[in-house]
Amino acid sequence: MSNPVIKVNHVSKKFCRSLKRSLWYGVLDLGAELVGNNQNHDALRKDEFWAVKDVSFQVHAGETVGLIGHNGAGKTSLLRMLGGLIKPDKGEIEIRGRVQALIALGAGFNPVLTGRENIIINASLLGFSKEQIKKRFDEIVDFSGIGEFLDMPVQSYSSGMTVRLGFSVAAFLEPDILLVDEVLSVGDLAFRTKCQVRIQELRNNGVAIILVSHNLHTISHICNRSITLEKGQIIYDGDTETAIDVYRDSLLKTYKNFDNVIRGGTGEIKIQKVEILNPQNEKLDEIRVGEGIKIRLYYRAFKRVENPIFNVVIHILNGYQVTGIRSDVDRISTGYLEGDGYIDIAIPCFNLLPNAYTLDAVIFHSDGYTFYDRVNHASHLIVRGGNEINGIAYLPHEWETVK
Amino acid sequence: MNRELENDLIIYKAESSIRKPARLISELLKNLFQSKDLAWRIFVRDISAQYRQSLLGIFWAFFPPIVTSLIFILLQSRNIISISETSIPYPVYVLIGTTLWQIFTDSLNAPLRATIAAKPFLVKIYFPHEALILSAFYLVVFNTLIRATIIIVVFVYFGIQPTWAILMAPFAILVLILIGMCLGLFLTPIGMLYSDISTSLPIFTQLLFFATPVVYNIPDRFPFSILNVINPVSPILTGIRDLMTVGYINNLNNFLIVAFVFLIASFIALIIYRVSLPIIIEKIGS
Repeated sequence: MSNPVIKVNHVSKKFCRSLKRSLWYGVLDLGAELVGNNQNHDALRKDEFWAVKDVSFQVHAGETVGLIGHNGAGKTSLLRMLGGLIKPDKGEIEIRGRVQALIALGAGFNPVLTGRENIIINASLLGFSKEQIKKRFDEIVDFSGIGEFLDMPVQSYSSGMTVRLGFSVAAFLEPDILLVDEVLSVGDLAFRTKCQVRIQELRNNGVAIILVSHNLHTISHICNRSITLEKGQIIYDGDTETAIDVYRDSLLKTYKNFDNVIRGGTGEIKIQKVEILNPQNEKLDEIRVGEGIKIRLYYRAFKRVENPIFNVVIHILNGYQVTGIRSDVDRISTGYLEGDGYIDIAIPCFNLLPNAYTLDAVIFHSDGYTFYDRVNHASHLIVRGGNEINGIAYLPHEWETVK
Repeated sequence: MNRELENDLIIYKAESSIRKPARLISELLKNLFQSKDLAWRIFVRDISAQYRQSLLGIFWAFFPPIVTSLIFILLQSRNIISISETSIPYPVYVLIGTTLWQIFTDSLNAPLRATIAAKPFLVKIYFPHEALILSAFYLVVFNTLIRATIIIVVFVYFGIQPTWAILMAPFAILVLILIGMCLGLFLTPIGMLYSDISTSLPIFTQLLFFATPVVYNIPDRFPFSILNVINPVSPILTGIRDLMTVGYINNLNNFLIVAFVFLIASFIALIIYRVSLPIIIEKIGS
């Protein structure tokens, strides 16, 4: 195999939690750096922690690597070190080739200036030469699709247009290594597709790409290899499917230790717990796509309540809502409730695609909006399945070929 | 392609780059050269944005030195303050003095101001940071050219016969800019971390104003004469004014010594700036 274009050898980076202290350490580090005596990187000072700890990996030309991990796992710090913005505290990074970062879209934009002027300044900041700008200018404008707004000040642009303009400049970079941080999720669908096509092109040209995104779909679309980070350390490096699984497990671990901070309501009736059962009434937290489940919600009514409305909301872990189930929408009347009991919601085919889901539970008054009690992350469910399908849901279907 | 990559190996590690001074200096010079286009773009951007949002435009470049001058001309002519005899008409002395002083304070503030203004993208993408200093220099020169018209008007109005030596004045003014930017550059790393620097800078500049022969000659007798020795701006400012009006620099040795010292110091300041920015970027976050 060819030489790696990125070699990260046992790299660590520490950060400071307190701003005041961080600034003061800045002064101390400055002094140490200037006298060339910056050898005490090993020890953590007060309020410091390892944001990136002993990380090693290599990336070859043409590879596309995803970096996965929850907030504060060290993805961005790692990316900033690769981009040469900050120095590692320990270890060494070797880079072969021209690195460019798709991190700050529209860097250096001045709202008073026109789109045309801003393209030029932004492109210069990203490292385009005068000739390259001249050569690429029309293509950039074309790609952004802002056309007639080109000579208007950028402050009169919609936020979507500004971002599109920023991305369009960046899209014409010609790097050997491209670092991408959370920028592919901007703009409308058509624009996002354009961006993904562009990334594909770069990859085919042998550009090594490192991609950070919270959107696991994007990662699984683009990267065949991914690295999962947890608390600054690599916990998995390999194929993206497994990396995402490992990430979800690590996420669930943190959620299990997560107390219900956002609990509230009038409290006459309360949710005791929410369980997920299979049709044989056995508790579980993992199924395969399309299997049947039962959601069982235990309640305790401290006084007699009339016709409360039960609501279960299903989220993608750490993400958006997938669906919600409400007793009033289903025209179910629960009648008078008092004391302990439970209600069951049977779902014959749980057709959501492989992912980790969390359930929120709410009990409303019969008016439908005041709530008695609500519990976020009342339960969770992992769906597994081998099919490499992207999207949210599996629709049961049949094929027919007519000739 | 691969061979090209071989030559293009970059290594990031913890060790301070100060330990390899030869490489540090060659990279500094390379970056300075490479960043000239970018510096120009940043300069053009700043100028266009500034003037597009201003009704009176370059009027504000003339305004401060003229107001300061008028105040002192008034105070002097009414004998409210007594100022020792100057070799040239007092208004000429003051107008040239305050214009030069304005150029100096511009230069002093420029590096920190440019770096703070760049903060939003400085912490996000890598580009040759020397471009910021270079663009700040362009901006100072631009403002200097505008302000030079004050001096021309003064010469015409007071009917002063310029000597050939005035052709040397631009170089002398460059030395003044060098001193200002050099001092400003030394303050920039700390000034990026703590706002105390940008807060206190105007106060200390004001103090320095009265310790420099801008609107009056510093008395020759002790202890005031010390000011002329320890204040590096004095010989330069006096020198330029002499050059323009009398035709020679009275104290050429002092002028040359200061110019030489600050040429070296500017280089050191640039190196410090270069070495310290990654640490600053790390501390001021994203």
